[in-house]
Amino acid sequence: MTRRQRIAVALVAAGALAATLTAVIAASDTATGQHGANPELPAPERGLLPDMRIAEPTGWGERLPTVPQGWTIKAIATDLKIPRQTLVLPNGDILVAEGKGGGAPVLTPKDYIAGLIKAKGTTPVKGGNRLTLLRDADGDGTYEGRWVYAENLNAPYGLAFAGDRLYVANQDALVRFDYVAGQTRAAAPPVTVAKLPSEINHHWTKALAADAEGRYLYVGIGSNSNIGERGMAVEESRALVWQVDASTGATRPFATGLRNPTALAIEPGNRQLWAVVNERDELGPDLVPDYLTSVREGAFYGWPYAYWGPNADRRVQPPDDQKVKATVRPDYALQSHSAPLGLAFAPPGLLAAPFAEGAFIGLHGSWNRKQPVGYKVIFVPFQQGRPSGPPVDFVSGFQAGGKTMGRPVGVTLDPKGAVIVADDLSNTVWRATPAR
Amino acid sequence: MHAVIAAAALPLFLGALLSDWAYSSSHQVQWINFSSWLIAGGLVVAGLALPWAVASVLRTRAPGHRGGMAYLLMLLATFVIGFLNALVHARDAWATMPTGLVLSAVVLVLAVATSALGLASLRRRVAP
Repeated sequence: MTRRQRIAVALVAAGALAATLTAVIAASDTATGQHGANPELPAPERGLLPDMRIAEPTGWGERLPTVPQGWTIKAIATDLKIPRQTLVLPNGDILVAEGKGGGAPVLTPKDYIAGLIKAKGTTPVKGGNRLTLLRDADGDGTYEGRWVYAENLNAPYGLAFAGDRLYVANQDALVRFDYVAGQTRAAAPPVTVAKLPSEINHHWTKALAADAEGRYLYVGIGSNSNIGERGMAVEESRALVWQVDASTGATRPFATGLRNPTALAIEPGNRQLWAVVNERDELGPDLVPDYLTSVREGAFYGWPYAYWGPNADRRVQPPDDQKVKATVRPDYALQSHSAPLGLAFAPPGLLAAPFAEGAFIGLHGSWNRKQPVGYKVIFVPFQQGRPSGPPVDFVSGFQAGGKTMGRPVGVTLDPKGAVIVADDLSNTVWRATPAR
Repeated sequence: MHAVIAAAALPLFLGALLSDWAYSSSHQVQWINFSSWLIAGGLVVAGLALPWAVASVLRTRAPGHRGGMAYLLMLLATFVIGFLNALVHARDAWATMPTGLVLSAVVLVLAVATSALGLASLRRRVAP
C-alpha cells in the first residue's frame, strides 16, 4: 500500500466505526404523557449511553412563568441561595429552606463524568444552609420584609409546623425551633429531635410532614444509589418513610421501598399521608414512572427489587422474589423522569374550581430523557380524597427556545389562596394568585 | 517504544476481566467498580500508544512492511472495543452483566495479540 492508500483505509475504518457507534447509541424516545393508576410500562431499554438532555440555564429576563387564565404570578424573592421547600406560617409569613446537601464520594469514572454533566443543569450558587423569612406586612402582594430566620443549618429541606413548633429536616437530623408569632429570627439554636440517616447521602433531601395534632412527624429518606450500585449494605434505613414521635424522638419505618420520597403532605379530607416519589433511572425514557401515592403503613413499594407492582428489576442481584411479590402499586403515576419534588394539597374551600380539591406538584424536570419532561407545576384533581382525573398544567413556561429559566421544587398554599413555588435554578420564590 | 506502552495495558485489562469475574460470581458491587477503573486505566495506556503506532505506519514507506499496519489496526480495535466496554461498565449494578464480562475477555485477547505482534516486530528490529 502507498502512504495515501494507508491513510484512506484508516479514514474509511474510522468512518465505519463512527457510524456503528451512532446507530448503537441512539435509542427510541417518545413523549407519551404517562399518568394515572394504570400507566403503560414499556420494556426496559438501555443503550450504550443513557439518554440525556441536561437543562441549559438562562436568565428569566422580562419573561414570567405561565399561569392559568385568571391567575397572575410574580417573583416575591430573588437572589436566594438555592431555595427548596417553603412553609407558610399562621400569620402568612413564608419560610424558605435554602441549601444543597449530598457530596456522595466518586466510586467509578461514571460518577465523576456524570457529576460534571449534571452540574451544568443547576445553579452555580452555593447553598445557604439557612431559613429565610419573607413578610408582606401590608397585604399588597409585595413581600417587602426579608430576614434570615436561622442559619448554620445542614442542608435544610423539609419543613413542618405543628403546635407552635417549627420542624426542619436537615440532611442529617430532624431539628425543632420554638416559634413565637411574629418572630423574624429564631430565639435560640435548634434542638435535635432525632438523628437521620446521612451516610453517603446520594439522595440527601429529607422530606417532612407533621400530622394535625403534632404528635407524629413523617420523614422521607431517599436511597443511597440509583439501583443498589453502591451495594445493599449502605441502603440500611434508606428508601423509606420514617415515623418520628415528636415528643420522644423515637423513629420507626412507616413504609419502605420508596426510592426517593421527596415531598410528603397530609391530604386534608381523609387526613391520609401522601408522598411524591422519584423512581429509578436508566431503564428508558418512559420507565419507571415517578408517582404520587398515599403512604400505607407497613407497605413495601418495591425499591430496589421491583417497580410499579411486581415488575422485577434484574439490575439487582441477588434477586428477592418475596420482595418482588410483596410490592404494592402506587396510586397515581406521574410522567417518568419528571422528578416531582413538591407536594401541597388545596385546603377545603380555599380555591375555586377546577383547583378546589387536589394536589399541586412541583416537577423539577428530567435529565435521563432526550425529550425534556417536567419543568412545571401540575395539579392533580381529587374527589373524596382520591385522584380523579388527568393532571393539568398549573405553572409552566420554565423553558423557552431550548433553554431553561427555572426549575420548580417546593409548592405550598397560603391562606389567601396563593400558590408559592420555590425555583432552585433562578433562586427565586414565585407566588401565583387567583383573581378575586 | 509504543509496543512497550501498549503491552503495559495488558495487566490492567487482565485485572478488569478478573474483577468482572469476581463480581459475576459474588454479586459484590465493589468488584465492578474496580473493573471500571482498570478499564479506564487500560484505555489511557492504549490511547497513549495509538499516536505512536499511527506515526510509525505513516513513516515506514518500505514495501512489504505490513506488520505496522496490522499492529495499528489491532491496537485500534483493542481501544474501540475497550471503550465500548467502558460504556457498558458505566451501567448500574447487574446491568453490566453478562456483556461486560464477555467484552472484557475480548479486549484481553485483543490486547494479548496486539502486544505479541508489537513485541515480535520489536525483537525483529533489534535482532542483527
